[in-house]
Amino acid sequence: MSMNRPNGSKHTIGVLVENQPGVLSRVAGLFSGRGFNIESLTVAETNEPGLSRITLVTTGDQHILEQIIKQLNKLINVIKVFDFRDTEFVEREMALIKVRAEQHTRAEVLRIVDIFRAKVVDVSPHFYTIEVTGDDGKIQAILELLGQIGIVEVARTGKAALARAKKH
Amino acid sequence: MKLTGAQIFFECLKKEGVEVIFGFPGGAVLDIYHEMPNHPIRHILVRHEQGAAHMADGYARATGKVGVCLVTSGPGATNTVTGIATAYMDSVPMVVFTGQVPTPLIGNDAFQEVDIVGITRPCTKHNYLVKDVNDLARVIREAFYLARTGRPGPVLVDLPKDVIQSSTEFRYPKTVNLRGYRPTVEPHQGQIHRAWELLKTAKRPVLYAGGGVIISSAHKELLRLAERLKAPVTTTLMGLGGFPAVIKKETGERVLHPLWLGMLGMHGTFRANMAVQNCDVLFAIGARFDDRVTGKISGFAPKAKIIHIDVDPTSISKNVLVDIPIVGDCKKALQRLNELVEKEPIENLDELRFPWLDQIRQWRETYPLAYKQEGDGIKPQYVVEKIFELASEDAIITTEVGQNQMWTAQYFHFTKPRTLLTSGGLGTMGYGLPAAIGAQVAFPDRLVIDVAGDGSIQMNIQEMMTAVCHDLPVKIAILNNRFLGMVRQWQELFYNKNYCATCLDASPDFVKLADAYGAVGLRATKPEEVEPVLREAFSTRRPVMMDFWVNPEEGVYPMVPAGKEISEMLLV
Repeated sequence: MSMNRPNGSKHTIGVLVENQPGVLSRVAGLFSGRGFNIESLTVAETNEPGLSRITLVTTGDQHILEQIIKQLNKLINVIKVFDFRDTEFVEREMALIKVRAEQHTRAEVLRIVDIFRAKVVDVSPHFYTIEVTGDDGKIQAILELLGQIGIVEVARTGKAALARAKKH
Repeated sequence: MKLTGAQIFFECLKKEGVEVIFGFPGGAVLDIYHEMPNHPIRHILVRHEQGAAHMADGYARATGKVGVCLVTSGPGATNTVTGIATAYMDSVPMVVFTGQVPTPLIGNDAFQEVDIVGITRPCTKHNYLVKDVNDLARVIREAFYLARTGRPGPVLVDLPKDVIQSSTEFRYPKTVNLRGYRPTVEPHQGQIHRAWELLKTAKRPVLYAGGGVIISSAHKELLRLAERLKAPVTTTLMGLGGFPAVIKKETGERVLHPLWLGMLGMHGTFRANMAVQNCDVLFAIGARFDDRVTGKISGFAPKAKIIHIDVDPTSISKNVLVDIPIVGDCKKALQRLNELVEKEPIENLDELRFPWLDQIRQWRETYPLAYKQEGDGIKPQYVVEKIFELASEDAIITTEVGQNQMWTAQYFHFTKPRTLLTSGGLGTMGYGLPAAIGAQVAFPDRLVIDVAGDGSIQMNIQEMMTAVCHDLPVKIAILNNRFLGMVRQWQELFYNKNYCATCLDASPDFVKLADAYGAVGLRATKPEEVEPVLREAFSTRRPVMMDFWVNPEEGVYPMVPAGKEISEMLLV
């Protein structure tokens, strides 16, 4: 009956919150105070005025995840928690990557950008800044390829996720 | 008509039925204090804001109503934090109003500014910073609603000075609409049926009740269920008083209730811990499987299927996996269960239950709670026994934390809910005296006794003055062992008798101290002096501080060493 807390796999959780001062701190404080992990966290307003959606990625076994979801639900400013464990969902992340682009590597960078359906959003004599959107695997893949050329800086948004609409 | 924030504050309190505020003034709340004499509310001026918080807590635990305190910004606010955390851990309904610097100064490190909303975020059920006087009435309405509903808890409302000074139309919202707060009170009927199916077939059931039984006033339903199932009952520290530990015979003699196991856990009785470890169904009612209850968690109740009722879903399957979870109010859940039991009584119950109850009787007879009276010193357990013997049945007992608390839990036989006020979760030394004062404010005619240690009483002893000033005749029984006794006991057992920093040979003369405060001081140094001192104290209409010189080396037993299974008890 015991419950240890080994590092489990990654899980994505959506949290619909009231857009009140301090709400992000309540969510973040819950994780730090109870020893849960946050791998990434995004937050922005939704289409409904006064509501924001937080998407966070955490690690833990089923038991820890269960506690996280219950604890999130217990926060007064939390309207709804989306547990994606048994649901089909889409998740996307955006990354801005500043990569070294000298005379001899520019073409290769642009080829990679093309393959990944990414975009060059800033150009300077020695650097390109690239915008890429995708799931975890895609972001990892482009980072790996561009890494061989020379990445200077990366800014990632963290994941945003929504459940897939029912097909029937 | 427009009202100022300060006026709105009092109108809201009136709507909430608040009769008393425990508080301490300061710059940021002066407008509220300026307005106070215009309203028929009682204010108890404390000597330290921690005292105000514990008093509001004691008032709330004794009455079931929401306790209220009012303090100024900065240090006034931070001084309440221990009191808030204490109330949070034990689910006590409380609203704490703190002053704040004017909104244009917030964030500027102004004089007596502190981010109290940030500081108390993890130890309140919820908290608010009111930035606009138009939000004030709604926020206060929500604060009281949150404090007393669902799993109760403290709510803090931070009031900037300019908000309190500005004016608006006063309208008290009729209803509260919090989209993210809908506690489940009504238990799921299907789960109730599943619980009943399991209980019905149990051969060795144990009911394990916690503070939830007290909070939801489910004590009658618990007794009824226990009697109908002939199931023995143990409670946590927080659950004491939720089941009648003793019953009165026709002769007036008080004997242990045959189904009463005593408290379980680290300092639980032998029979309670053995019963839990050997039961086949453990029914947890408003309890949260605290580590002081479970001991080594993997070895807790190893033979049992577990049913758990709790109004807070996060308490269920947090520490121990549960077979039948029931989210809801304890009282409602027990009522539903009792309906089922009455519809379909268990056949041959006496026969079915005999082996189990007989086993428990044997455990009780083999290792009853006991101490040895030896030499001519006073045993602390004897003092508690005498308090139990001489106190009226409706007496309210508060405790500090440590040995005094555990001996009270073991040797005072609680029979009524809300008669033991003790800091169970946080374990706050210095809780007992202010809590007793809060309880005495609520019930001026009842006997209120703080069972204290010589260490913990000194943590909020300044509140003696509050008791004397407001004519609150609390009785303080100091079990004076010249040690920080519980820590000393751990050092003796687990730290090679290295009594570092636990000896309190320098303490004030408590009798003279009582006198200095204008209270009555009494002392007993021999066993035969205990009863006369208690009798005198209980018949005095003034605050009394009793200094009982007890055996310094007495320990609390049984004791389950940390990390051991609860059947592995050190007995005397």
